[in-house]
Amino acid sequence: MSTVASVRLARAAGNRQLLVRLLVVTAVMFGFGFALVPFYEKICQVTGLRSLLQPDHVGSINSQIDYARSIAIEFDTNMRGLPWTFRSLEGHVSVHPGEMQQAVFEIHNGSNRPLTGQAIPSYGPALAAEYFRKVECFCFTQQTLQPGETRQVPVVFVVDSALPSSIATITLSFTFFEVNGAQAPAGVSTPVSVKAGAVRS
Amino acid sequence: MSQTTAATVAHANDHALDHGDHAHGHHPTGLMRWLTTTNHKDIGTMYLWFSFTMFLMGGVLALGIRAELFKPGLQLWHPEFFNQLTTMHGIIMVFGAIMPAFVGFANWLVPIQIGAPDMAFARMNNWSFWLLPPAALLLVISFFVPGGATAGGWTLYAPLTSQMGPGMDLAIFALHILGASSIMGSINIVVTILNMRAPGMTMMKMPMFVWTWLITAYLLIAVMPVLAGAITMTLTDRHFGTSFFNAAGGGDPVMYQHVFWFFGHPEVYIMILPAFGIVSHVIPAFARKPLFGYSSMVYATSSIAILSFIVWAHHMFVVGMPAAGVLFFMYATVLIAVPTGVKVFNWLATMWRGSMTFETPMLFAVGFLFVFTMGGFTGLVCAIAPIDLQIQDTYYVVAHFHYVLVAGSLFALFSGTYFWLPKWTGHMYNEAMGKTHFWLSLIFFNITFFPMHFLGLAGMPRRIPDYATQFADFNMIASIGAFGFGFSQLIFLAGVVKCIRGGEKATAQVWEGAEGLEWTLPSPAPYHSFEVPPQVK
Ligand code: HEM
Ligand SMILES: [Cu+2]
Repeated sequence: MSTVASVRLARAAGNRQLLVRLLVVTAVMFGFGFALVPFYEKICQVTGLRSLLQPDHVGSINSQIDYARSIAIEFDTNMRGLPWTFRSLEGHVSVHPGEMQQAVFEIHNGSNRPLTGQAIPSYGPALAAEYFRKVECFCFTQQTLQPGETRQVPVVFVVDSALPSSIATITLSFTFFEVNGAQAPAGVSTPVSVKAGAVRS
Repeated sequence: MSQTTAATVAHANDHALDHGDHAHGHHPTGLMRWLTTTNHKDIGTMYLWFSFTMFLMGGVLALGIRAELFKPGLQLWHPEFFNQLTTMHGIIMVFGAIMPAFVGFANWLVPIQIGAPDMAFARMNNWSFWLLPPAALLLVISFFVPGGATAGGWTLYAPLTSQMGPGMDLAIFALHILGASSIMGSINIVVTILNMRAPGMTMMKMPMFVWTWLITAYLLIAVMPVLAGAITMTLTDRHFGTSFFNAAGGGDPVMYQHVFWFFGHPEVYIMILPAFGIVSHVIPAFARKPLFGYSSMVYATSSIAILSFIVWAHHMFVVGMPAAGVLFFMYATVLIAVPTGVKVFNWLATMWRGSMTFETPMLFAVGFLFVFTMGGFTGLVCAIAPIDLQIQDTYYVVAHFHYVLVAGSLFALFSGTYFWLPKWTGHMYNEAMGKTHFWLSLIFFNITFFPMHFLGLAGMPRRIPDYATQFADFNMIASIGAFGFGFSQLIFLAGVVKCIRGGEKATAQVWEGAEGLEWTLPSPAPYHSFEVPPQVK
């Protein structure tokens, strides 16, 4: 049995070495999971895949106003986790493709503490998203409201005249989320502090 | 053969033998024996019983789902609870049943197939196992906390997971523990295979099961930490104000899907590669021919593993990827069918002109071959992006992955259990019970899942508690099949218990055509085997 024991001892050292290497691989892969986050952000930035919260470029689109077509734009407002009221002043508007238009929303903090919120837009039909160009939007920044404060906030937009003719109505829906914890720089509405998928530390 | 006698002697001295590392003095008995054991066979057995228990638990949840879907309208559960059922069924089956079952097989078989006395890190092996019951307990407890268990689907997509109650946190902890266990188990397996082989057993002489597990273990070490990362991010989003996946803070829920599926697709191969290994032992044994194309099997397995890292987004065709991305992931996915096809053809060629007999292990292996291949084909259908736009998140996908997971992984596990059970217990199982188990499983499996293809093509979404009446008939058939399938598994339980208790004495060889070191050991395999390494020629 002593030969068995010595073979085992010799092996044990090699085994431990491999164990350490594999543990390192494990740790690296754990880090890799987190590294995917900035990696994807970079990709989205470079390719412009996700510019939900940034002003759209309108320079490239056809600035000719297409008076022959009218698109109904409906505004929808939602709240998630915030004791605010949020409404659209217009409810809906009608625009011609290529025409610059402004819509105004009203937010009100009915609670007794200052709160910060972030609005996230979404579109119905989803296909319309890439033709709906927001030049200015309250959703590009976080909004901080003092207790009882009411604020009117604008969206300025153009509908690209390349919009498929099958789309006659676009619903623009905003949901306000409460921003809390680390990523709320208290009391400031920094312009475009929330870039496409920016990581907060 | 000399190592056989050496092993037998070791067995005879079982309790007196005190060899270095851990087993000081006597083996404890009763519960303490199982709590403290570092013996790979004991641990393998515990893994197998644990996974079977989880299989029954997951099965009960599945029957809860099918009972609700027996007819349209809400019958038994609130929709919220229904969602908990589907979610926990998936999590328990994937992480609690299939994965630990294969680890149990690895524990039992890898050392005796490569002529090693035990796993490389016997103590760590004990820890890997004993992490599992606490994790399972967390999952069970999660049903009873406010808001119930997590209901975001087994894939745990944000933003649902950011919004659930404490059941979600329990699931995250459970998955962390299960993941740690898998990683420890995998490291142990890699080290055992690379460092502990008997003299003369070169890499290209290793049994297929050992090969497939080596590759699976590498996959696990590479992707389990990524899953751990993804659910850790979910956890910090929920409680510590980060916004990895939280749109309000600038995060992106679609990012979660990218990170998850980087784990998720290799994971599906983690669940099937060891099954390929098992089938590659059973078919040659009952065809009484060596495995056709051994080295091409090794290369095919490796290429499947490598390709599995570049296809993850085929689960995400509808998230709005650019067309170039969709095309890349579509072609890469279709490419995986090539090495998979190589394997299927090799198994067929092994059977070709073999003198085949159809004992239960072979029945399950051939059943696997037919039905798993159908699942591979529906996978190809899903991989075609324009088609997937229609069938994503419908019952067609449910049919696809049950064909590959139930008729693939699970049938292979049954095949392997019947194949090695005589070696494990020393008794032959009851062939009539085994065959009944096979035929009922095969028939009820198809009654359950075949109609789901039609349901999916007709547009029935998955993960819903109620459905439009035009789906009623096929759902009723599927539910009947599910109950039949569930109860058929009790035959398996009875057969295994009966085989442990007694039965015809098994010879060392057990199966006429079986080859490999494990068959040189007496049946049941002695508690300590290959203390003196055998010489492989
Ligand atoms: C030729 C081989 C395969 C191909 C081409 C393939 C392809 C696909 C595709 C494209 C999907 C996504 C469908 C959708 O969500 O719309 C999918 C889903 C899935 N596949 Fe496969 N697959 C293959 C083999 C396997 C194997 C071997 C397994 C596991 C043993 C597996 C397990 C799954 C699972 C669990 C899902 C669903 C995940 C979920 O959404 O919950 N597949 N497969
Ligand atoms: Cu996949």
